[in-house]
Amino acid sequence: ALAHAEPFASQQTDELGDPLNAYDEITHYNNYYEFTTDKQGVARLAEKFHSRPWTVKVGGLVNNPKTYDVDDLLRKFPQEERIYRLRCVEAWSMVIPWVGFPLAELLKEVEPKSEARFVRFRSIFRPDEMPGQQARWLEWPYTEGLRLDEAMHPLTILATGMYGKLLVNANGAPLRLVVPWKYGFKSIKAIVEIDLVEKMPVSTWMAAAPNEYGFYANVNPNVDHSRWSQATERRVGELGRRETLMFNGYEEEVAHLYDGMDLRANF
Amino acid sequence: METLRRTLLRHWLWLAVNLGALWPLAQLLWDVWAGRLSVNPIADLTTRTGQAAIILLLLTLAVTPLQILGWRQVTVVRKSLGLWAFFYASVHLLIFVGLDYGFNLDFILRDGLPQKPYIVAGLAAFLILVPLALTSTRGWMKRLGRRWKQLHRWIYLAAGLAVVHYLWVAKIDLGRPALYAVLLLLLLAVRVPGIRRVLANRRRRRPALHAGSSATRPHPRDARKPVR
Repeated sequence: ALAHAEPFASQQTDELGDPLNAYDEITHYNNYYEFTTDKQGVARLAEKFHSRPWTVKVGGLVNNPKTYDVDDLLRKFPQEERIYRLRCVEAWSMVIPWVGFPLAELLKEVEPKSEARFVRFRSIFRPDEMPGQQARWLEWPYTEGLRLDEAMHPLTILATGMYGKLLVNANGAPLRLVVPWKYGFKSIKAIVEIDLVEKMPVSTWMAAAPNEYGFYANVNPNVDHSRWSQATERRVGELGRRETLMFNGYEEEVAHLYDGMDLRANF
Repeated sequence: METLRRTLLRHWLWLAVNLGALWPLAQLLWDVWAGRLSVNPIADLTTRTGQAAIILLLLTLAVTPLQILGWRQVTVVRKSLGLWAFFYASVHLLIFVGLDYGFNLDFILRDGLPQKPYIVAGLAAFLILVPLALTSTRGWMKRLGRRWKQLHRWIYLAAGLAVVHYLWVAKIDLGRPALYAVLLLLLLAVRVPGIRRVLANRRRRRPALHAGSSATRPHPRDARKPVR
């Protein structure tokens, strides 16, 4: 899937019939605070970042801890295209044709132990190449987490490419998480460590503002951010707004994960 | 000769400030035309017009401190600065309601905007500026007499609300709104009678900024001696 020289997507729309965002839109409007808080500035600052060679350490409560070279992951697991909506917590969204593989396949390979209940992800810490990491508005390295069942869900992927090409640095090369029913900040970029753990990890945003960002961060039009609304969103490329869908439109696939949970308390 | 020089200076100052206040708008239109906005242009337009409004409000509030420090002529631009601040605030609001929400009341209510503190603060700041802009003419100044000044002191509250509004929309990088907050506090502090007196006295002890020609200005060496 990654052999195309030109940006390529197998379809022009997502399953709801909404058009894909253009390659240039997706690669030039990024929340990637490791570089800068200026979304338009990330692409240029990320150019010199070295995303090869790259290894990912998968460990913690597993039977087969292992360190993978990212190019081995690309060969080992069949790469497939997934056209997903990405909904940012700032109330804008895009439709993106990712290329990647289900996280579940990697986790199955390392065999989580029975005590493992959560997965913790860590990004790279390389302040000399990532100027944003020299600032202290967030704690580095960026940390995220999923409940094990969320991590094993077939919609959850590790993305290695986009539009049929390898990921560019601005989008989190060489390897990032994509969890389409959660706000964009859950989809951690430039992953170097995946650990299975017993306790719920504290994500970077939870640590920065616990009243504003919770562990689950499921897209939910009925639960607002503490300062702004999440009921509507601005789709990049459109004028005006559209309604935000429950679980970002993946309700049928994922709602059962949260049966009986108070989504207002577990935001 | 001296009057002519001053008259020219006043005109130049007025012209420079009004052209300068057009700069953010010109830059914005240029970026729109050249396709240099981000792929989320409404967000850019909103942020940039809002920032221009706050900066111009701060500049309006900087006139009195400059005056206290001895630069008398600067008062000729106060009205322009205030009106430009109002202009950018109006455009900012119009973009938000018209472009972003497409005047869609349903979406505005669905997003619960009337209950969101950042909206309340921003809207209140704008509503305060409306009567100030409307009564900015010489005619209204005469008509209102002493009450005109009282009315126009509301700009302090408007500026405060505008800065709070900006602080409340910022995600985590509070650099800019915090800078504006500090500047605003400084500009307001200068107006506290005690501090104001100290600054005014300081001015009298030194050669005033831009006051008088070099011929009438005391020699710097003499100026260092306190004059009482």
